[in-house]
Amino acid sequence: MSNARVAGVGLTHFGVHPERTSRDLFAEAGLAALDDAGVDPADVEGVFYGNFMGELAESQGHQGPLAAEALGVDAPATRFESACASAGAAAREAVKNVRNGEADVLVAGGAERMNNLGTASTTEALAIAADELYEVRAGMTFPGAYALMADAYFHEFGGSREDLAAVAVKNHANALENEYAQFQREITVDEALDAPLIAEPLGLFDSCPITDGASAIVLVSEAYADEHDLDAPVAITGTGQGGDKMALQDRESLVYTPAAEAAAREAYADAGVTAAAVDVAEVHDCFTIAEVLAIESLGFVEVGEGITAASDGLTSRDGALPVNLSGGLKAKGHPVGATGTSQLAELTRILRGDHHNSPAVPDAEVAVAHNAGGTVASAVVHVLEVVE
Amino acid sequence: MSENIPDEGYDEWLDAVADGSGYYLSCANGHGSLPPRRVCPHCASREFAREPLPETGEIEAFTVVHVATPQFAADTPYATAVADFDGVRLTGQLRGTRPEDVSDGMTVEAGVAESETTGERLLVFRPR
Repeated sequence: MSNARVAGVGLTHFGVHPERTSRDLFAEAGLAALDDAGVDPADVEGVFYGNFMGELAESQGHQGPLAAEALGVDAPATRFESACASAGAAAREAVKNVRNGEADVLVAGGAERMNNLGTASTTEALAIAADELYEVRAGMTFPGAYALMADAYFHEFGGSREDLAAVAVKNHANALENEYAQFQREITVDEALDAPLIAEPLGLFDSCPITDGASAIVLVSEAYADEHDLDAPVAITGTGQGGDKMALQDRESLVYTPAAEAAAREAYADAGVTAAAVDVAEVHDCFTIAEVLAIESLGFVEVGEGITAASDGLTSRDGALPVNLSGGLKAKGHPVGATGTSQLAELTRILRGDHHNSPAVPDAEVAVAHNAGGTVASAVVHVLEVVE
Repeated sequence: MSENIPDEGYDEWLDAVADGSGYYLSCANGHGSLPPRRVCPHCASREFAREPLPETGEIEAFTVVHVATPQFAADTPYATAVADFDGVRLTGQLRGTRPEDVSDGMTVEAGVAESETTGERLLVFRPR
């Protein structure tokens, strides 16, 4: 079995670009990835494309071929939809295809256009990732769902809005030098606490912004990389996916995300690593509480102890295990269907040494990406390693 | 949702809760869930019995929503909670109390009310 090498990565600026179509966003990211890889577009054998709400935002379904066409790739293309884990799921299938020898060159990526809808309609669109009958009709919003998890977490393990604010402060600090980030500015704990409430206990600064953007990675087999003398030192060595009940009310507990635990177990076993070997991670901090749950599910800290990881400095840039050096969804932004491959792009750069925050982890060899859909009814985890 | 076509399973269930005869599905192994179900989400049992919904439940987690979907724009701020009805959990909106008075562990009963924004009916909890 061949490792899937990440030959190239590409991103658009993440931010407010309501006038830009998702096809154009994806073309920009995909072309950047192909250029970064030095791969001839004619060699691409398939496009695995993540998108969540194209029907609602752009009245556009069937986006796979549209994305490939925009990128100038004449190959089969399929759209993957797993809510906020859409691009992670797309990348996972592409990784499996390369490893199984089905293909030598694939593009995985995603795009999302959101800001053309406005806040109320975007809130409505995001809510379709929850259970329509039993959650959304009772007035549950997406921030509301994570707020329920935060409330349950506080109740079971303790924790405060200050602890959550520390996650946001950390991630904003990490994005300062990230030219792709929606927010390149620092915030303080007090600013976060004083911001308007969205769904208590979560406020505006506990929540990722509404973002337009795209991301892409080029995956190649080792044989192709060798044959074309590509500089592709990073491989995706582990992939895992987990699932859970859709609605929070049907979960065993509101404070665990077993889908992410299962995905991590599978990805670690696949790569032959343990959580202790991980040097750096990008996790799905759509809300500050989500980062807490993520680092617990990934086995970086004990369950119930993730709440203080940011305020204690464990996960900060200078900490033992830096988390979200890109700025995370919180500060870099969260174009829903593009986030999973955006995390893989950031981690590839971090491991290659050409990321603004590479100097924080100069010896990093093992990285983990955690991409979650809904209230983690879907979770995709990838392990990336420097193999050359 | 569209044009008065009911959602089979769900709408009868909501009717039942509205007239005080709420129920839940209990599988052969005693796991609770809500219709429509053909398979227990917890153990894959395909045998269900209808059990009466307990009169009261206890709030397990709640949030006060300030930014809502357009369907609830005029309802804000409102509290939404997951409550444990001893065998099955429900998600509902709090009525008959101010959002700031809601707390974890609060005893509630389930009922049906209307969204102030759209008039659509929804599952609600009222303090008992």
